[in-house]
Amino acid sequence: MTYLKDSAALARKDLLLELRAKETLPSMLLFVIAALTIFHFALPHGTGDVAARGLLWSALIFTALLGLTRAFVAEREQGMFDALVLAPCDRSTIWLGKTIAVLAFLVAAELVALPAFAVFFTGLDGRTVAAVALADVGIAAVGTLFGAMAVAGRARELLLPLLFLPMAIPIVVGGVGEYLWFLVLYDAIFALLSWASFEYVVAEA
Amino acid sequence: MIEARGLAKRFGDRRVFAGVDVDLEDGGFLLVTGANGSGKTTLLRILARLAAPTAGELRLPARETIGYLGHEPLVYRELTPLENLTLFGRLYRVPERGERVGMLLERFGLWEVRRERVSTFSRGMQQRLGLCRVLLHDPSLLVLDEPANALDARGLELLDELLAEGRTCVVATHEPERVERLATQRLAFA
Repeated sequence: MTYLKDSAALARKDLLLELRAKETLPSMLLFVIAALTIFHFALPHGTGDVAARGLLWSALIFTALLGLTRAFVAEREQGMFDALVLAPCDRSTIWLGKTIAVLAFLVAAELVALPAFAVFFTGLDGRTVAAVALADVGIAAVGTLFGAMAVAGRARELLLPLLFLPMAIPIVVGGVGEYLWFLVLYDAIFALLSWASFEYVVAEA
Repeated sequence: MIEARGLAKRFGDRRVFAGVDVDLEDGGFLLVTGANGSGKTTLLRILARLAAPTAGELRLPARETIGYLGHEPLVYRELTPLENLTLFGRLYRVPERGERVGMLLERFGLWEVRRERVSTFSRGMQQRLGLCRVLLHDPSLLVLDEPANALDARGLELLDELLAEGRTCVVATHEPERVERLATQRLAFA
């Protein structure tokens, strides 16, 4: 229970920081709408639904990447990792709290992106929405781990896409094909791996 | 409290320091001095369990008994002092959090601004808040890197009171004359 309360307190802190700074979510919203608008005009008339869905997934992955690059800004710029890792709580609560916050930003961006996709392209069905929701969990879990790894590196702006995008390929495959069980499996495996390995990412160097 | 033998740290090919010995009893005061880049901060990070030495033997107290203040006050700038200390109070398992937070904010003269964002504070006020965070869980070992940074006359008085409380302290400073009288052990980096 304490573990979940710690994670919730950390997630609440991230949501509060965003509510005040308004730096991440507006950029994500602007990016995803701009990307979908460009894709709308770039896609030839008569192109099939699968092609349109592919563009939706491209837009969502790069929007998520934008959010992830900013996920640890406060910790990086204000040295907050030191204060967090010194706390006697389980270090994986830092990962869980941040993952919940990233997930909230993704969902907020998609609340705008999905209706926009339905207007620009072919409409939406429940399976696509379910696939997006499942993909969000995997994106947030893996992306948060890599975000924390990138914070420690020198070329962090380069490192995060290099780590995250290859890991996002299975999400795109599962998302475009709407293989829901595949996405559930991805989420379960990679959320568990990210949770278990976070301790080593923030360990003493 | 702290025992270190032949402590060394390297970053790649660069040797930061080597052969550092520390023996600090409960209530002792280690004063660390030296030029910029001489390794003071690196040593303090090792003693605060934030970094690992490259070589040497080291015995340190548990994480939850250490209060660390680095070059930054280590508080979230877009949160208020109350929100910062409440968050860290939870993570540091502070009993009767509300009272403890209120007492520290009063002591460091921040009670009146407890609901204002830290980003609106002067550097000195942020440093005071950093000291509140350090003391939140009543640590028995204080590891302080340039704690007098940006503090005004009243802030320096509060810091002097804190250092004279009898906790075990490791302090790195460019102004050793301020705490010289308290030091039980000295370490000077070249």
